[in-house]
Amino acid sequence: MAVAKKRSPELEEALGPGSPIVVFDKVSLAFDDKVILRDVSFTLITGRTKIILGASGAGKSTILKLILGLLKPDSGVIWVNGERVDTMAELDMMQVRADLGMVFQEGALFDSLTVAENVGYKLYEESDMAPHLVRARVEEVLGFIGLAEYIDRMPSELSGGQRRRVAIARAMAAKPRILLYDEPTTGLDPITASTVDDEIIKLRDLENVSSIVVTHQLRDAFYVATHEAVRRDDGLMRIAAADPDKSEEAEFIMLKDGGISFEGHAAELRASIDPYLQTFLS
Amino acid sequence: MGTPVVGAPGRPACRRAPRPGSGQAGDRVLTLIEDGLKSALLEIQEYVRLQIATIRGCVTRPFYFHDVVEQFEQIGIGSLTVVLLTGFFTGAVLALQTGITLDQFGARPFVGRLISASMIKELGPVLTGLMLAGRVGSGIAAEIGSMVVTDQINALRALGTDPVRKLVVPRVLAGFFMAPVLTVVANTVGIIGGWLIAVFQLRVASSLYWSSVIEGLYLQDAWMGLIKPFCLGFAIVSIGCHVGLRTRGGTQGVGRATTNAVVASSVAVIAVDFFVTRLLITLLY
Repeated sequence: MAVAKKRSPELEEALGPGSPIVVFDKVSLAFDDKVILRDVSFTLITGRTKIILGASGAGKSTILKLILGLLKPDSGVIWVNGERVDTMAELDMMQVRADLGMVFQEGALFDSLTVAENVGYKLYEESDMAPHLVRARVEEVLGFIGLAEYIDRMPSELSGGQRRRVAIARAMAAKPRILLYDEPTTGLDPITASTVDDEIIKLRDLENVSSIVVTHQLRDAFYVATHEAVRRDDGLMRIAAADPDKSEEAEFIMLKDGGISFEGHAAELRASIDPYLQTFLS
Repeated sequence: MGTPVVGAPGRPACRRAPRPGSGQAGDRVLTLIEDGLKSALLEIQEYVRLQIATIRGCVTRPFYFHDVVEQFEQIGIGSLTVVLLTGFFTGAVLALQTGITLDQFGARPFVGRLISASMIKELGPVLTGLMLAGRVGSGIAAEIGSMVVTDQINALRALGTDPVRKLVVPRVLAGFFMAPVLTVVANTVGIIGGWLIAVFQLRVASSLYWSSVIEGLYLQDAWMGLIKPFCLGFAIVSIGCHVGLRTRGGTQGVGRATTNAVVASSVAVIAVDFFVTRLLITLLY
């Protein structure tokens, strides 16, 4: 069964705060003659966010599929959660995926299941957790994203933004250490997109989930990078502008022609004089 | 080139760059033939890989029992109406047609023998197979194809579930075991349909019809009628799953996959029927 493996104390220490949780080392991938990624290297630090930008077809979503093991690279090494996944067999990948959550571009909710069954899917199907405990966890997670009253609806009865948020709830229900977001706000209106951004920030700052966000929505990318979730003394949570040190914890990667053309934090990205970046940001 | 995974959306079929001087029609035809052969071989390879993964999924854990039960209900009970109607009218029309022919030889009382032998050995399995290909094969390809194009298959894998175990194994098991049951049902109502025509249209005595039905059957015939549907059920469902998992290109692709599944599984029913019949004649008779 694909439930998260308990880490050894040594691995737990090695993957603690400030240590790398996802590592790409000179990863290359091509489909026939078309090069998608060429010698791509980057590191995601535990509890931080990596935002991957790039034009359509630049290979952004491919990076997420490589992390999940849905694709295998032609060359290079990929480490996820202390496991080398680029050569790992599909059966073993199930263990690694148990500690990963993925939010797909259009949500990819199972349309024949209710919201509750979608959110609790991993716990119902792939764990030994008792059904009433799964239900409690589903209610908790839906409450966290503010959709508790939609628990028994079908996905077809939800709006685009609600579907995206249910997808986030599904990804986080099994408490993964890493969350991957594939264009989480594409096609949403600015207000709904902000709600989704807030969920990403809350998960990162309150649940200590490491995240990789693939997007070409610059407004959302900068919002996630420059805001933080703080719990007030009265127990309520609010999203506020992050201080400069906190903002530097979110790193941007710009993909261009299969490689990384920029890597740095929000302020560095804004200050860049690279003509391609300037065009992209304008 | 990355390693493909069973149940994963495959990469586009390899397309060669034009050869130097390929302006000549001959070269282009050769390239087309080569691409076609490669594509066909790739389909066969992927089909075989899927079947190996399915067999492995049948004998190792995890096993999604709930889904298996659901598929037995959907494929078995869900196909009952169409199989009942097909079987009944086939038996009835067979009695009508053969009644005329048998009259020419004064052999009308033997109509039961002809109907039972035809239904049990050939028409029951093949017509049930064709009905299943139309109803079940297309449904499976459309359902799985929709899941592929909306990323639900990738979502399953991302959630730690093997799509072959979750989607393919329950359907293949249900198809494999329910096709013989449905065939027996079709045979039974077919013989009843023949009886109604024989008694009320052809004026054959009821007792004569039933004794003729029994006399016309041998144990080998029963075996043939029972073994064939297992093979046909497996072929129909496995083709539906394979075509569904290989769906590309949005809703248009789902439509194409559905059509392909019906065509491929219908042809497979006829072809598998021929080869299994040939084999069983050698082994049983």
